[in-house]
Amino acid sequence: MFIQLTHLVIGVIYLVAAFLFMFGLKRMSSPVTAPSGIFVAGIGMVVAVLASFLYAFDVNAAAKPFLWINLGLGAAALIIGVGVSRWSAKKVSMTAMPQMVALYNGMGGGAAGGIAAVALFAGHADGATVLVMTLAGALIGSVSLSGSIIAWAKLDELLKQPLRFKGQRLFNGLTFLVTIAVAAYIVYVVESGAAPLLAMPNVIIILFTLALFFGIAVTLPIGGADMPVVISIYNAATGLAVSLDGFVVQNPALMIAGMVVGAAGTLLTLLMAKAMNRSISNILFSNFGEVVAQKQGAIKGSLKPIAAADAAIAMRYAGSVIFVPGYGLAAAQAQQKLYEFVKLLVAAGVSVKFAIHPVAGRMPGQMDVLLAEAGVPYDMIFQLDDINDDFKTTDFAVVIGANDVVNPEARTEKTSPIYGMPILNADMAHHCYCVKRGQGKGYSGIVNPLFYEDNTSMVYGDAGAVLGEMIEAVRGLGAKAAA
Amino acid sequence: MNFTIDITGFVALYIYMLAAFAGWVIITGVPAILHTPLMSGSNFVHGIVVVGGLYALLNASTVTEQAIGCLTVLLAAGNVAGGYTVTSRMLAMFKTSAPVTIVKKS
Repeated sequence: MFIQLTHLVIGVIYLVAAFLFMFGLKRMSSPVTAPSGIFVAGIGMVVAVLASFLYAFDVNAAAKPFLWINLGLGAAALIIGVGVSRWSAKKVSMTAMPQMVALYNGMGGGAAGGIAAVALFAGHADGATVLVMTLAGALIGSVSLSGSIIAWAKLDELLKQPLRFKGQRLFNGLTFLVTIAVAAYIVYVVESGAAPLLAMPNVIIILFTLALFFGIAVTLPIGGADMPVVISIYNAATGLAVSLDGFVVQNPALMIAGMVVGAAGTLLTLLMAKAMNRSISNILFSNFGEVVAQKQGAIKGSLKPIAAADAAIAMRYAGSVIFVPGYGLAAAQAQQKLYEFVKLLVAAGVSVKFAIHPVAGRMPGQMDVLLAEAGVPYDMIFQLDDINDDFKTTDFAVVIGANDVVNPEARTEKTSPIYGMPILNADMAHHCYCVKRGQGKGYSGIVNPLFYEDNTSMVYGDAGAVLGEMIEAVRGLGAKAAA
Repeated sequence: MNFTIDITGFVALYIYMLAAFAGWVIITGVPAILHTPLMSGSNFVHGIVVVGGLYALLNASTVTEQAIGCLTVLLAAGNVAGGYTVTSRMLAMFKTSAPVTIVKKS
């Protein structure tokens, strides 16, 4: 009777937790309610974790002697995990957010794989359905773990170059097939009654090794600018793995929360792919930016450099300016300086807006967060569809550290690898300034004709240094006027 | 009375289908400006896996199971705390220039 009572409490609490997660995510749909949304979801998490200790009243017979040790281990692992992670999450800078999210995501994937591993090693798999779900959770969780770690290393620039070799797609494809075959073999052996799960720990170890290896192999060749898609995919994958685990441990809160995250990740993945006009498989398997045959001589005009100070003063006396920030701004950590400069322009009566491309930066929406960190009010920030028509009537478009997302070739050049990708119409502004470190090409490896247009001027230099000079120039102007 | 949760094949499929649909609808309403907090927020939500980890650990009866269970809870706890902290840090930064008005962007 008492045990049933604990099950009742557990059941009710997980129902409440599942509701709070959904409600919390729902509140994330506006910047005004979002902070309370994450708080609501946090309450759901706390009650769910506390309730899970009630499982201690109903553990299986074999585990009874170890109950106190297990409880101690669980509490210790919780405290250490929360402590270390909270500490690291508090001090990480906003520009390092993509790799941090990738890392946390990998941890979730690893945990999902771990639950499946415990079930497999303990031989808990009653029936083919549970076994297949467990194996699927194990595979997806493991791929998400190792893939996210590689994504983290790439974003953190521990791995600088995408690793590519001939026949890589075939190799990855074969690895995938072998992994699935090993999983199928386990199901076959167990279900045909030839051997129980407990008799093949080695095969299970091989399965996990293959899955982990596949996650590494498939992520290594993907380049930096495709990371928004990769992070979204692994986020969805971890959600799915958690959801499958929920069935294995008969916990509907895991099933629901995991599946909601899976849907969220899938949606974001599709949005990112659409923003690049490429399919998911193209992003994952095409080795983008490797070989690009561009018609030489197709570009007319020349690069016209301009001093940062001159550009700044021209903007100071303009009517309207739109800034287009890209990853280069994040890399230079110049978002604070950018807003400082923007405040000077606004004070001088210039109408200023920010235009954000969906795939600008290294994760979906990264630029929005960086601008928010600098203090830019979100009603100055506009997304592609909301602002693209405004460029025509704008005096200056200022592209900072972005390249492919403003490449007009995407509209016209059918042979271009980025043809069809929706771009920000910076070239349609009366005049365009491009802040760039050097004369290099974009991620796609193609030359950007925007830089050669008659109404484009290049401001060479690190975004931080350039903006510093711009601030000085406008301030100096004010000082002269005062004197 | 029996309150043990028992989800069998088809019921699981119903739950999955409805949850996926609900998730899709809820997330569709999130504006692009909040995509990063959404991602780290949903990253936090799948940290619920910590509950499954605790369940597995409490039912562990061999050293292997205990070791994996313990590692699972450790990783999942990290996922939860990290995801929550970075999300709330980011959301606290979103400010509007106008006095508080509900801004609706699609």
